Amino acid sequence: MDWVNAIVQGTLLGGLYALFAAGLSLIFGVMRLVNIAHGDLIVLAAYLGLTVVVTTGLHPLLALIIVIPVMAAIGYALQRGILNQTLGDDILPPLLVTFGLSVILQNVFLEGYTADPQKMDAGAIETASISLGGLSLGILPLLTFAIAVGVIAGLQFIFYRTPLGRSFRAVSDNQDIAQLMGLNKRHIFGLAMALALAVTAIAGILLGIRTSFDPTAGGARLIYGFEAVIIGGLGNLWGTLVGGVILGVAQTIGAKIDPGWQLLAGHIAFLFVLAVRPNGLFPRVSG
Amino acid sequence: MPEPILSLNALDAHYGDFQALYGVDMALDDGEVIAIIGANGAGKTTLLRSVSGLMSNAADQIRYRGQPIGMLRADEVAALGIALVPEGRQLFPSLSVEENLLIGGRLKRPGPWNLRSVFELFPVLEERRAYPSTALSGGQQQMVAIGRALMSNPDLILFDEISLGLAPVIIKSIYDALPGIVGEGMSAVIVEQDISKALSVSDRVYCLMEGRVTLEGASNSVSRDAISHAYFGID
Repeated sequence: MDWVNAIVQGTLLGGLYALFAAGLSLIFGVMRLVNIAHGDLIVLAAYLGLTVVVTTGLHPLLALIIVIPVMAAIGYALQRGILNQTLGDDILPPLLVTFGLSVILQNVFLEGYTADPQKMDAGAIETASISLGGLSLGILPLLTFAIAVGVIAGLQFIFYRTPLGRSFRAVSDNQDIAQLMGLNKRHIFGLAMALALAVTAIAGILLGIRTSFDPTAGGARLIYGFEAVIIGGLGNLWGTLVGGVILGVAQTIGAKIDPGWQLLAGHIAFLFVLAVRPNGLFPRVSG
Repeated sequence: MPEPILSLNALDAHYGDFQALYGVDMALDDGEVIAIIGANGAGKTTLLRSVSGLMSNAADQIRYRGQPIGMLRADEVAALGIALVPEGRQLFPSLSVEENLLIGGRLKRPGPWNLRSVFELFPVLEERRAYPSTALSGGQQQMVAIGRALMSNPDLILFDEISLGLAPVIIKSIYDALPGIVGEGMSAVIVEQDISKALSVSDRVYCLMEGRVTLEGASNSVSRDAISHAYFGID
């Protein structure tokens, strides 16, 4: 039963990792941009949530009403103001610029919020749980997983059922020809980054409720996100959810064997998938 | 004399250090169809890429209804009513046939072309509307590429090598559809390797050789000798 419990808890944890990863997957899919600052942007959302909670007294989950649009606006401005200028045939400039952004963000957090770990208080929901066939499932992890599934389904709907998603796919396929259709790729990229950071806002708030965070917490979130994306296969959103779940389950099983093995087991699972299926489990079919 | 819809004034175009067009002058009247012929590497595709905004040029080297557009981006040019059917079709592989057409129509310019009228022009596309664009034959893909350009209801449409790589019977059916397209008062520039096809559908013809205009004339009066001289540079 302990093992079943570990797998179930790991699956629910995977929902959070999928949320970390969804934004990364989306922006890589649309504009081939690898965002090294993604983890720090998750932490930025957590700090913004903390600020909203402290100043307004709102429940952290209600703070999303403010944090989501703010992060989306930051995303659009960041893309139009800085990142679009780095995109081109060379893949190095966006890597360097987002790495620099990561360093800047961490230092801004340090100046603004000190190095002390912070946490958002979500009240009773944090400890509430339900019993199901001998397993005790936390309400918060269940909610997180449900939100992750909802977010991925929502992104999937936007991508494949709306004119905006059509524009995303067209620009991803062929930027020049998409421009001929009257699409301004700079604007489309801005919208993609806005959408990615809206998802990041959700990930950041849930992170800040689940665990404490500090200015350097972004690096590990970036790694988890990367691993989930790569395991699932680049550009496949449902694959990203599966990737997050595999990573989460590997971590909880590792922790079950030996508490010190939690992170290592996740990385080993990632390396194993990379060795066996270098393109991930469900790579997007190339056209 | 009415103002030409498109005029090129001493148009130069460069790829890095390589110059592809040298002082090309060209004018196209409203409703007129011109053909551009020339050997591989003569600069035909470069000319269309320049007009459509995929290559940046000096502003007043390209004028559309008198307005300088040489420096505009492709999406800005498209919004003015210029559409390109690119060489090699270049459909969006992740989009279905219908989605490829819809994205062509996202500018929502008023005019006769919409999903229904494109399906009337090419009925086979309606049967295959939900297929991925990559699942179609070359000829059907070319129909999608033409339909996608028409969906924006352009005033000027540019065709780049629409017969390239297609079976003769397909080429014939596509060229048979052309009068129905340009008959609506649309102006067109047709780049074509097949000289007799090019002459049969156009009002006037330009021949390019090594980035320069070597011949210009009415399509029904230029002689074969003049064309071969302009095309190959030999008598």
